[in-house]
Amino acid sequence: MTILIIYILIFVAAFYIVKAVSSMKKSRDDFTSLKTVTFGDESAVTPNRAASIISVIAIFAIWGSFTGSKLTPIHVPGPFIGELSFTYTAVNSLGETDDAEVRISVYDVQTGEIPEKIDIEPGLGFALNDTAQIITYRSALVKVQKNDVGGKDKKYKVIAINGESISPSSELFIDNARVYMTAKGTLSLTPYKGWQMQPVWLPSPEAVWSRLTKIASEGYKNFSLFEHLGWSLLRVVVGFFAGALIGIPLGYAMGLSGWFRGWFDPIVEFMRPVPPLALIPLVIIWFGIGEQGKIILLFLASLWIMTISARAGVSGVNIAKIHAAYSLGASKWQIMRLVIVPNSLPEIFTGARVSMGVCWGTVVAAELVAAQKGAGMMIITASKFQMTDLVIMGIVLIGVIGYAIDILMRISENYLVPWKGK
Amino acid sequence: MKGLSIENISMRFDLKNGSSVQALKDVSLDIKAGEIITVLGPSGCGKTTLLNIVAGFLAPTEGKVVLNDQIVLGPGAERGMVFQQGALFEWMNVQQNVAFGPRMKGMPKAEQNEKVKHLLEVVGLAEFEDKAVYELSGGMQQRVALARCLANEPDVILMDEPLGALDALTREKMQGLVLKLWKETGKTILLITHSVEEAVLLGERLLVLAPRPGRVYKEYKLPFAEMGVNMDLREVKKSEGYSETRDEILSIIWEMEEEIMGRTDESS
Repeated sequence: MTILIIYILIFVAAFYIVKAVSSMKKSRDDFTSLKTVTFGDESAVTPNRAASIISVIAIFAIWGSFTGSKLTPIHVPGPFIGELSFTYTAVNSLGETDDAEVRISVYDVQTGEIPEKIDIEPGLGFALNDTAQIITYRSALVKVQKNDVGGKDKKYKVIAINGESISPSSELFIDNARVYMTAKGTLSLTPYKGWQMQPVWLPSPEAVWSRLTKIASEGYKNFSLFEHLGWSLLRVVVGFFAGALIGIPLGYAMGLSGWFRGWFDPIVEFMRPVPPLALIPLVIIWFGIGEQGKIILLFLASLWIMTISARAGVSGVNIAKIHAAYSLGASKWQIMRLVIVPNSLPEIFTGARVSMGVCWGTVVAAELVAAQKGAGMMIITASKFQMTDLVIMGIVLIGVIGYAIDILMRISENYLVPWKGK
Repeated sequence: MKGLSIENISMRFDLKNGSSVQALKDVSLDIKAGEIITVLGPSGCGKTTLLNIVAGFLAPTEGKVVLNDQIVLGPGAERGMVFQQGALFEWMNVQQNVAFGPRMKGMPKAEQNEKVKHLLEVVGLAEFEDKAVYELSGGMQQRVALARCLANEPDVILMDEPLGALDALTREKMQGLVLKLWKETGKTILLITHSVEEAVLLGERLLVLAPRPGRVYKEYKLPFAEMGVNMDLREVKKSEGYSETRDEILSIIWEMEEEIMGRTDESS
């Protein structure tokens, strides 16, 4: 909630700052700036590059400042690390009261350094001084009565902390910590946790980066990072091409023959809305958890999309083009090869882009269920060991690869079907 | 017999609700080789249906089309078509579009190239060989369509409102080009249009079709096409008899349109 409010504040503040800065600069005399009607004019809305850059920086800044990253200069308060101390007042069975000091070192277990035990004199009286160690973000019971003389007596109890009285099932705050007394009278200490996220919830950017370099050089679960991602990609490519290989001819047949369309329409229209993920259990039952099952799943994911796009490509051909080709003396085969196929390419490319996206999503999901290697397997295994940095690294890599696939498809589309949309 | 003859063509479309539409009734027409004929009529008079029958895309319910003593049974390379628009192949450049017909015949590459080069010069697109067709303006695209049709050396050229989508100025230029090509190549041309002016200017013979059922209402023999070959079309429009003919045909079409409107008014 706090993060959301901070994010909204950054959004609004950045807007006004950028606006102020750009209004100070000389106004541009391009065509859009001369338009008086821009609200509702889609062509006048272009992405503000400054906004895009600030947006990305803001995400990393928030990420960094809430995880104690070294990359960001500003941090929200982190957990307390260091030494706490307080004095407690106890009353024994004879009704005498005595004070004793408790010193506690709070340390960060992530750094791997465990502080030495604090030496403390036991002190005078029946209540003796104590020490304890607490890991950041944790709370611990501090059994001050344990070493006290007569601490096991029924009448013995702690009645005050730093002079403030405390009773069972109540709490009070000392510097950098919360002290809670349990119903049985034991003190439970929670050092100040700060606003930062624990690494197990959200690791810092550099932790993710160092995990990435580590996995990239050492591999993970017997396979290198390259192999994990490569296998996912390979499955996608094989599944996609298998789907296209069957789907495109099937789509053509459905677009050109009434019998084919009648026969396959119910099947295609029925299978199309079934999400590939719903097929995973059945595919595992039928084909096992090996490569075969995954590729068949991806094949099914791309098959219907490719069939439908090829069918739409054939149906979308302008009848004038077909007529023109016939009156120029083309045979059926020539019309197929020189008119229908090229005419359907833009539709097929659109289908291929959608299909690649679906396949990439499906392969990750399939690997979540059962796999020995692959991007999805990496993150699901990591999550079981609470290696959140690896999970985030996997998510980022999956996103980057998916985006790269789409960009590649768009580039090849521009290159292969330049007439699309013309 | 050389030439195209349309013999007692009738066309009836059966609708799904059991009724039927008589698109054409008993249309006959003899076209000598080398003639240019324009067909005019109000919307829904069956002019496009007639052209599709001649092209072989539709089989008439009665009657037949005979070209050079051969009955037309389907589309063929001896009857070239020029469409209103959208019939060029966007995945081919100008050169490939024009060479399409010769390529289908299996003409050697060198011969194809020579032919395309010549035809593009004729239609005034000599510099545009390697351009993509979607980069051309509407008028240029129709020039490519004309060249593509001519490259196949058809006996008859069928034009389905070829200039209908062009702006007025381009249209006038293209009308001149059509006349020039007609004279230079000596092809038989059957041109369908909804513009009275175009029909009067381009037709040696002009057929006015009447709707419901589509039939030949009146036929004109006109001198303006012949005149337009050697004269600026704007001059032709000033020549004697042009505006009278145009006005007469215009009022015929106007009356027909009114009648159609009246009929639909009554029925609604």
